[in-house]
Amino acid sequence: MNATLDQVAQQKEHTPLRALFANQPFWVTIALIVMCLVMSQVSDVFFTKDNFFNVTRNFSFIGIIALGMTMVIITRGIDLSVGSVVGLSGMVTAMIMHAGHSWWLGMGGGLLTALACGLVNGVLVAYLDLSSFIVTLGMYAVARSLAQVVSQNHMIYEFGPDEKLFTTIGGGTVFGIANTFIVLVVLTVLVSIALRYTPWGRWVYAIGGNEHAATLTGVRVQRVKLSVYVLSGLLSGITAVLLVGYQGAAINAMGTGYELRAIASSVIGGTDLMGGAGGAYGAFIGAALIEVIRNSLLLAGVDANWEGTFVGLFIVFAVALSKFRELKSG
Amino acid sequence: MRLFELRGISKHFGAIQALSNVNLNVDAGEVLGLMGDNGAGKSTLIKIMAGNFRPSSGEIWLKGAKVDFHNPVDARRKGVEVVYQDLALCDNLTAAENVFLGREAKIKFGPFSFVNFPAMYREAARHFAELKSETRPRDLVKQMSGGQRQAVAIARTRLSNPDIVLMDEPTAAISVRQVAEVLDLIRRLRDQGTAVILISHRMPDVFAVCDHLSVMRRGTVVADKPIKQTSPEEVTALITGALERA
Repeated sequence: MNATLDQVAQQKEHTPLRALFANQPFWVTIALIVMCLVMSQVSDVFFTKDNFFNVTRNFSFIGIIALGMTMVIITRGIDLSVGSVVGLSGMVTAMIMHAGHSWWLGMGGGLLTALACGLVNGVLVAYLDLSSFIVTLGMYAVARSLAQVVSQNHMIYEFGPDEKLFTTIGGGTVFGIANTFIVLVVLTVLVSIALRYTPWGRWVYAIGGNEHAATLTGVRVQRVKLSVYVLSGLLSGITAVLLVGYQGAAINAMGTGYELRAIASSVIGGTDLMGGAGGAYGAFIGAALIEVIRNSLLLAGVDANWEGTFVGLFIVFAVALSKFRELKSG
Repeated sequence: MRLFELRGISKHFGAIQALSNVNLNVDAGEVLGLMGDNGAGKSTLIKIMAGNFRPSSGEIWLKGAKVDFHNPVDARRKGVEVVYQDLALCDNLTAAENVFLGREAKIKFGPFSFVNFPAMYREAARHFAELKSETRPRDLVKQMSGGQRQAVAIARTRLSNPDIVLMDEPTAAISVRQVAEVLDLIRRLRDQGTAVILISHRMPDVFAVCDHLSVMRRGTVVADKPIKQTSPEEVTALITGALERA
């Protein structure tokens, strides 16, 4: 019996169920659910509204950055500057408001600073063809130093006339859900749609898969590469303004170590450091898992110093698992 | 009027003379075979015809007008499509996405464009069916055989309905049945009035499908004749240098 064209067009190698089981974020979600179930038995604080609020708010900061990191890594790049950009743009926001300006001028200034950092990264990587590791490592150093210069090593905790509004944006809630978590969810949905359903998204994956082929077929590779670094910068800026609002204070060390946590979230969520694979939901769930591990250790009474060991083991385990699944299916 | 002409094309890279005074032409509905050993200059010539390199001297004429290709996309816009030797495919994308890479079918909502996946799957399936290939549009290229990957690369050239298709060793790494199908496709392209320039090492394939043959050695064209006036033995001698000219 001959198949019609439409029937052939519909055929796939995997059934939807099989595709789900091959999906790394799916397994991370399962791990997260299992962990939550275990913790609900171990500690009666775990499933309280307060704890849930803390956990979701905490991982949102890293989660937002991880979205940007994921996009950069898919193009076979890396952005080591995100933590320092958080420090610099947070500081700029704080200083603008401290000088008495409105909250939107403060936030605007912070976001623009972050965008500028992303732009510099992107131009150097995309148009001058410099290694993203080196460029963003340079920005990591420069942005942190500028944060120190701009702040003169002072902590800023007075945010002028708009202080209350500003700290509510970063630290407040809507119907009991942390604002930062809402921002994370919205951004995750937007990034996911962009990566999956727009031509730009296809180009991001193509560049990671075979950049030369993308160039030959007419994809504007340089523009697309620039865009992912700019977006990474912007997302770091968003985290910065939320973080300063939530903390109610700004110091130039803000964001230290965030780059590694963002990379860890991204990788656990299924992003391949070699490029060409990964997604927004993976970044989200990876960040969630790391935070739940941290929270669980705390509630279980484990010494906080062990946190790094557990997270590190999880990262290696997640990568090994995805390698194992790849070998099995390939 | 010849459809496509290279007149006196030379190319040097520093002190290395890759091509010297190459003349080539192909007409609509004609298949030209380009043969020569490794290092003869075939790849350089293809890259010039595809817009990857500019010639050091000489002219390219297309449809009776002199043209200058600034880059491969420019060449494609002017009517030249290429199937590269390594196929230029992204393993992490599906067959349909690879076919339409850079030219995705879109649905617009105001300022936002989204990929029209159903249209791409249908179109890609149609092209694969015309190629008599079993490639499925939704499958990842990573999991495909050599012949299926070849079909994806060839399907890609069909999108712009080009005047000329350049093929760099298209039958090198595929099965016997697929070879017959690729040669059939080349014949179909020819029948539709497309000009095909086929670079190949495989003598039987060249003699099966080409109308005309150019042989290169050390950067120059040593023979340029209709296929009926030559033989595999003569061509082999030309490639190796046992025969100087023919």
